Amino acid sequence: MPQTETATGFTTETFEAFLASRDEPAWLTEQRRAAFAAFGELPQPNSSMEEWRRTDIRLLRLEKFAPAIERGSEASLPEALLTSGVSTSSIDEDELDQATPLVEQMTGVVSEVDSAAAQLTLAGQSTALNSHSVTSELTEAYASQGVVFGSLDQLVSQHPDLVQKYLFTRAGNPRYDRFAALHAAFWSGGTFLYVPRGVKIADPLHIQSCITPGGADFGHTLVVLEDGAEATLLAELSGGEQAGGLHCGGVEIIVGQGAFLRYVNLQNWDKSVWHFAHHKGLVEADGRLQWTVGALGSKLSKVNQHVALVGPGANAQVNGVMFTEGKQHLDYHTLQHHEAKSCNSDLLYKGALQDNSRMVWRGMIKVDPGADKTDGYQRNDNLMLSEDARADSIPGLEIEADDVICTHGATTGRVDDEQIFYAQARGLTRNEAIRVIVAGFFQQVFDRITIPSVREALGHAIRRRIREYE
Amino acid sequence: MISRTGDMTDTLKISNLHVNVGDKPILKGVDLEIIRGETHALMGPNGSGKSTLGLAIMGHPGYEVTDGKVEINGENILEMDADERARLGLFMAFQRPIAIPGVKMADFLRHASTNIRRPDRKEGEDLIPMREFRKELREKMGQLKMDTEFARRYVNDGFSGGEMKRAEILQMAMLKPKFAVLDETDSGLDVDAVKLASQSIAEIGREKMGILIITHHDKLLEHNTPDKTHVILGGRIVETGGPELAQELHQHGYDRIRAAHPEAAAEDDKMKVETAAAG
Repeated sequence: MPQTETATGFTTETFEAFLASRDEPAWLTEQRRAAFAAFGELPQPNSSMEEWRRTDIRLLRLEKFAPAIERGSEASLPEALLTSGVSTSSIDEDELDQATPLVEQMTGVVSEVDSAAAQLTLAGQSTALNSHSVTSELTEAYASQGVVFGSLDQLVSQHPDLVQKYLFTRAGNPRYDRFAALHAAFWSGGTFLYVPRGVKIADPLHIQSCITPGGADFGHTLVVLEDGAEATLLAELSGGEQAGGLHCGGVEIIVGQGAFLRYVNLQNWDKSVWHFAHHKGLVEADGRLQWTVGALGSKLSKVNQHVALVGPGANAQVNGVMFTEGKQHLDYHTLQHHEAKSCNSDLLYKGALQDNSRMVWRGMIKVDPGADKTDGYQRNDNLMLSEDARADSIPGLEIEADDVICTHGATTGRVDDEQIFYAQARGLTRNEAIRVIVAGFFQQVFDRITIPSVREALGHAIRRRIREYE
Repeated sequence: MISRTGDMTDTLKISNLHVNVGDKPILKGVDLEIIRGETHALMGPNGSGKSTLGLAIMGHPGYEVTDGKVEINGENILEMDADERARLGLFMAFQRPIAIPGVKMADFLRHASTNIRRPDRKEGEDLIPMREFRKELREKMGQLKMDTEFARRYVNDGFSGGEMKRAEILQMAMLKPKFAVLDETDSGLDVDAVKLASQSIAEIGREKMGILIITHHDKLLEHNTPDKTHVILGGRIVETGGPELAQELHQHGYDRIRAAHPEAAAEDDKMKVETAAAG
C-alpha cells in the first residue's frame, strides 16, 4: 500500500492531478479526457456480461490504487527472466557452457536443441517501475537507422507526430470496456518501438515492467513496424510481492506490409496482482506476427488478445503457455480476426493447472465477408495436475466468407498413470516422470517458439512451479 | 546388500506369487527362479496370466500382490516402486509401450540411463554428459539397424507396432539390465523384424542378462534358445521343461497340457469366462 499522502482512486481529482503532473501535447490530453469520460460512462463489468461470465471481480478495490502521479520510492528491479543467458556485452565463454536447454531446465533432461541463448545480445532495453520509466537504451547502430525505442512517456515529446499517428488510432480501442478506458486515461511509462521501412533489427529488444507491493502499472506498449521491417520484442511483467497490485495495460502492435515481428509477453506478476489488459496486433499484407504469451502470474487476469489480419497474405502465429496454481484465476479471450483474404492464423494455447486454480480460454476465429481463402486454426490443451483445478475451453468460429479452412479443438486431461508407470519402469522417479510428462505437454508449443531464451525462461518458470503430484 | 556389480550369480526369484487385478485373482501361486545369464520362456494361452506376471514383477500399481515374494538376490522388491526396481537392474519390454508426446527418445533415455547407471542419483543431479550419451546411443542404434532420426522422435508417439518393439529393445540395450522381461516383444512384428529383434537381443549380450521371454509363438526363441520353458495355465506354472517344450507347444498347442492338468485348465476356462463377462 502507498505509504505517502498520494491520493488514491481514479476520480476526477486524481485524474486532474495526473494531467497536471504531465507536460503533454493537447491532442494527448484530449484523448485522455475522452477516455476518462468513457471510464465514467461504461458499466462496471459484471457476471451478466458474456465476456465476464466466468470471472468475478467484485473483490477488486480500484480505489486502493493510485495513478502514476508521483514517482514512488526507488526499488530495485527483479532479475529479468527473458534475458537469462542474454548479455549486452561480449559473450562470456563460461556463460556459454552453463546455458541450459529448456528440457533440462524443466526435467533434468537435455533436449537435442542446443541453447543458443547465450549468443544473443540485446539491441535495446527499457525498464519501468510503477509505470515510471527507469532506464531506456537503444544500440547506436539502430538509432542511427531511425529506429525509435524507449519510454513512451518520453518519446511522446520527442516524436509527437509519430506517436499521434498510431496511439489509439488503429489498434487500441479505449471504449472496448471500462478497463480499456481506464488504461487509455491513465497510461504512463510504457514503451514505444518504431522500426522504419526495411530496417531489420537482428537482436531482441527487452522491456521489463515492475511494480512494488501495492503498486500499479499502467504501461502502454506501442509497436510499429513499417513495411519490410523486422524486430523481436521481449516484454515481461513482474513484482507486486504479496501486497497486491494492479496492472491495467494495453498493447498496440502494427506490423506493416511484409514486416515481421516476434513479440513475447510474459506475465509473471506476484500471485496477489490484478491483471487487466487489452492487446491488439494488426498485420498488413504479407506481414508476419509471431506472438507468444506466457501467463504465469497474477491473482486474477482478464486479457483480451486480438489479432487482426488486415491485408492479403498476412500471417499470425499465436502461442500461449499458461500455468496456474493456488487460487489463481486466469481468463484469456483470444480473437483471430480475418479481415482480408488469403491470410493465415494459427493459435495454440497450452495450460497446466495445479491446486484450486482456474483457467478460462475463450477463442474466436472471425472471418469477414470477402476474406476468402482464409486458413485459421485454434487449439487449447489443458493438463490438470490436481483434482480441484478447473479449466474452461470455449472455442468459437464466426465465418462469413467462402472457401475457408477453419479448424478448432480443445482438450482437457490429466497426467496419465500409465505414462507415469512407463517412465518409472525406466528408472525415473514419480516426480521426474511427472515433470517429463508435463515438459512433453508443453513441448509442442515450445517447438513453435523460435527464441531460445524465451523457451528457457518459460521452461524454468514452469519447472519451479511443478510440485509433488498426488 | 544387493550386488550391483556384474555378479553372474544374481538371481531373480519369484515364490508363491498371487496377484489380483481389481478383485479378480489372476496369478495363483507362481514359482520361478532365473539366474543371470539364463533365458527362460514363459508360454501359455491368452489370458492365462503371462502379462500379469511381467507387470507385477515390474511393480505396476494396478496389479495387487496378495501373497508371495519377488526377490532379487534375496531382497524382496515388492515394496519398491517401479523406478527402484529398475535401478536394481530390472527391465520390462512392454507388450503395449506407452507414448509420451513431446518427450524425445534421446532425452528420455538419457535420463533413464543416468538413473539406472547411478542408482543413488538424486533428483536434479547432473545427467550423463550429452556428448558421451549421444555417441553411445548412435552406436547402439547402428547395431540395431535403427535410423538415428528415431532418437529425435517423441517416445512411442505415432510409432508403428514394429517401431515400438524395436524402441523397447533399444532401451534395453542402453539400460543394460540384469533381468529383462520381454512381454510379447515378437507380437506385431513380421518375420524379418522378429529375426532382427532376436539377433538384437543376442547382440546385447544374452549371457549378461537373465531373460524371461513371454510369448505364445516360438519365433523369438529360434535365436534365443531358452534354457527353460515354463507353461502357465490358470494362473499357475504347470510344467517346466527345456527348449523342446516350447517347440511342442508351438507345433501342437496346449491340448496335452490341458489334459495333463485338468484343474488348471478348468481355472483357465473360468478366468476366460469372467474376462469375457467383464469385457
